[in-house]
Amino acid sequence: MNEFLFPLAVFFAAIFTNNILLTNYLGMCSFLSVSKELETSAGLGIAVTFVLAVTTAINWIVYHFLLVPFQLEYLRFIVFIIVIAAFVQLIEMVIERYSEGLYFALGIFLPLITVNCAILGVSLFMVIREYSFITSFFFGLGSGLGWLLAILAMAGIRQRLRTAKIPPGLEGAGIALIIAGFMAMAFMGFSGMITIS
Amino acid sequence: MAPGMIKKTFLAPLGKDNPVFVQILGICSTLAVTNKLENTLVMTLGVMFTTALSSWTISILRKAIPSRIRMMVETMVIATYVIIVDIALKAYYPEMWKQLGPYVGLIITNCIVMGRIEAFALQNKPTLSLVDGLASGMGYAYVLLIIAFFRELLGTGTLFGIQILGSWWTSWAIMIMPPGGFFMLAIFMWIVREAIFKEGSHE
Repeated sequence: MNEFLFPLAVFFAAIFTNNILLTNYLGMCSFLSVSKELETSAGLGIAVTFVLAVTTAINWIVYHFLLVPFQLEYLRFIVFIIVIAAFVQLIEMVIERYSEGLYFALGIFLPLITVNCAILGVSLFMVIREYSFITSFFFGLGSGLGWLLAILAMAGIRQRLRTAKIPPGLEGAGIALIIAGFMAMAFMGFSGMITIS
Repeated sequence: MAPGMIKKTFLAPLGKDNPVFVQILGICSTLAVTNKLENTLVMTLGVMFTTALSSWTISILRKAIPSRIRMMVETMVIATYVIIVDIALKAYYPEMWKQLGPYVGLIITNCIVMGRIEAFALQNKPTLSLVDGLASGMGYAYVLLIIAFFRELLGTGTLFGIQILGSWWTSWAIMIMPPGGFFMLAIFMWIVREAIFKEGSHE
């Protein structure tokens, strides 16, 4: 595929056909626990998108300029986690210093993000699929937007669900999983639109 | 330490304190590999190894770790064991390593590992923590193995890659695709919770 188009293809694939949540099950924990309110879901989703786009790019640089030359690839798990944790911490401090409104809107979600498996997962996928720097950035951004889309849809559906009668055994996570299953089926409709390995 | 204590610690995560369907922890990193029984088995063995040994290690170090940086230390210990799993798998079972891809590394962010350390290993003796970690890993493993069993059997008519159902069986392709994982886990949780609710109402 065309060198300029490939990052864009990866970007759209990460949102629709290879949605990180609905096809790879990554980021499920916070997806299930936070998706009760539309507003908080949007906050978390935006924070995840931002952190994903930037940490994937940083991890690409660290991996290719630090780990590969010294043949320390096996340390990538530890290094990626440190980069993510450090970046989240840094962002938290910056936001707290400069924008109080944003801090109260996003601040509470930032510690949650460090343990969100989607962040580490995207960095690991990027290494395995041997993406270039630009592609990695778009892959991170697209994955984040895909996650945001999924959690927003879920929160919208769950708000409607409050008035519905659900069998007691399915309340909470059970019904959320079934909705996620239907959403995954709906997203399968996108498959074939873009194919990336 | 009474042997009864060890038995109690061992049995709790297998039943009423099961990490998956009671606490809904750690499904992210492993649900993705439940479309094949073999992958699930290898993956859950990795999780058991990591939970047991990192709980044990943290429990030994628990008095030496400053509480301010304990999360960082815990992550480092977990990551070390995950790297061991990753390297061992790459050396002895490269095809499986390729198939599992990034999911081995994602054991680090599996909430069960960190959850057991925070909730149990920081307050208890090493042997007991080892038992607790192992049992939590097993409680997690059997749920996922049941899910994988149905997904592979209904999705392809095979178990461990061996044809079980005859040619009359029409494979449910949806089972091995992503939605199948969501549905199976939800159905499994439904059945187990209904059973727990029934038990509760009799008392």
